[in-house]
Amino acid sequence: MKKTVLISVLTASALVAAGLAVAQSGTSGVRSLRNAPIDEVAEVPGVFHQDEKRFGRNYRQQPPLIPHTISRYQIDLRANQCLACHDWTNAGDRGAPTLSMTHYLDREGRQLDRVAGTRWFCTQCHVPQADAPALVENTFRSTAGK
Amino acid sequence: MSDNISKGDRPGIIRRVWNFLTRPAVAITSGALLVAGFVVGVLFWGGFNWALELTNTESFCISCHEMEDNVYAEYQGSIHQNNGSGVRATCPDCHVPNDWGPKVVRKIKASKELYGHFITRSIWTREKFQEKRLDLARNEWRRMKSTDSKECRNCHSFEFMDFTLQENRAGQNHQKALDEGKTCIDCHQGIAHKLPEGYLEAYREVAREVEGN
Repeated sequence: MKKTVLISVLTASALVAAGLAVAQSGTSGVRSLRNAPIDEVAEVPGVFHQDEKRFGRNYRQQPPLIPHTISRYQIDLRANQCLACHDWTNAGDRGAPTLSMTHYLDREGRQLDRVAGTRWFCTQCHVPQADAPALVENTFRSTAGK
Repeated sequence: MSDNISKGDRPGIIRRVWNFLTRPAVAITSGALLVAGFVVGVLFWGGFNWALELTNTESFCISCHEMEDNVYAEYQGSIHQNNGSGVRATCPDCHVPNDWGPKVVRKIKASKELYGHFITRSIWTREKFQEKRLDLARNEWRRMKSTDSKECRNCHSFEFMDFTLQENRAGQNHQKALDEGKTCIDCHQGIAHKLPEGYLEAYREVAREVEGN
């Protein structure tokens, strides 16, 4: 009996303490996803349309940008729709650039006939290009000699 | 005694119905018969079509968990469900032919789907569905390829497509497709549902098979 009372008291006080902590950090500490205060409407960034011309690279290892939309393309464990045009087996027919041959090397450097698993998720490196202002200010200068 | 005789004279129910149907009507005018026949005909035909259309709605399609949890769930957010103009294509728009004859044929074929649902439970779980997905997709690809993507063309047609308004890549490829006599499904697989592994090879097999015929 004593034990139960003790446990209840301990639990109750712990709850109160936790509640107080949450209440204190509450409105001041929490920020929403777009950094807007939580009691204000977060502004949705504008929609920027696709830039269709092909850009040169800004540094040697830069993954080329994607000059077309890729919205709703399936890239998951089962299928990769980019490969329907860009895999070496299809690129000729579809008039699309073939993947760089480095994408057919596995991590031990063995030549493969299919895209290496390490290169499967295209959008980890390649992004569609859009004529949009830079998200973050930066002082980068291209080494391409432009 | 007299009861027995009258019972013996009275023919059985089947015989009586047969007699009613085969003998000329004597107590009713031909006009009344015509009108009654017309009214009953309208009711039956209307009722039949009403029931047929009832099975041609999205809510009917997803009344089975197999459809609701798999293909319908994946269709959420696809271009035919969520887009700029708010025009939507629901299940029967793509999966059931519009013309009456082919529609009824497809409805009869759908009895196999009922068999799969109630008896064999062939895609009862997500795992079973994933396992069978490539076969199911092949069926749809075969149908689309052999009808020149008829259901797509109920809304989309090359004749009214302005290639100059499309993204360069899309415009060029649509022109090429038109020149080479390709059909929608040749490029646009998996626009409303997820694609299974090895889909492209499987599609090409189906295309060769259909073109070979």
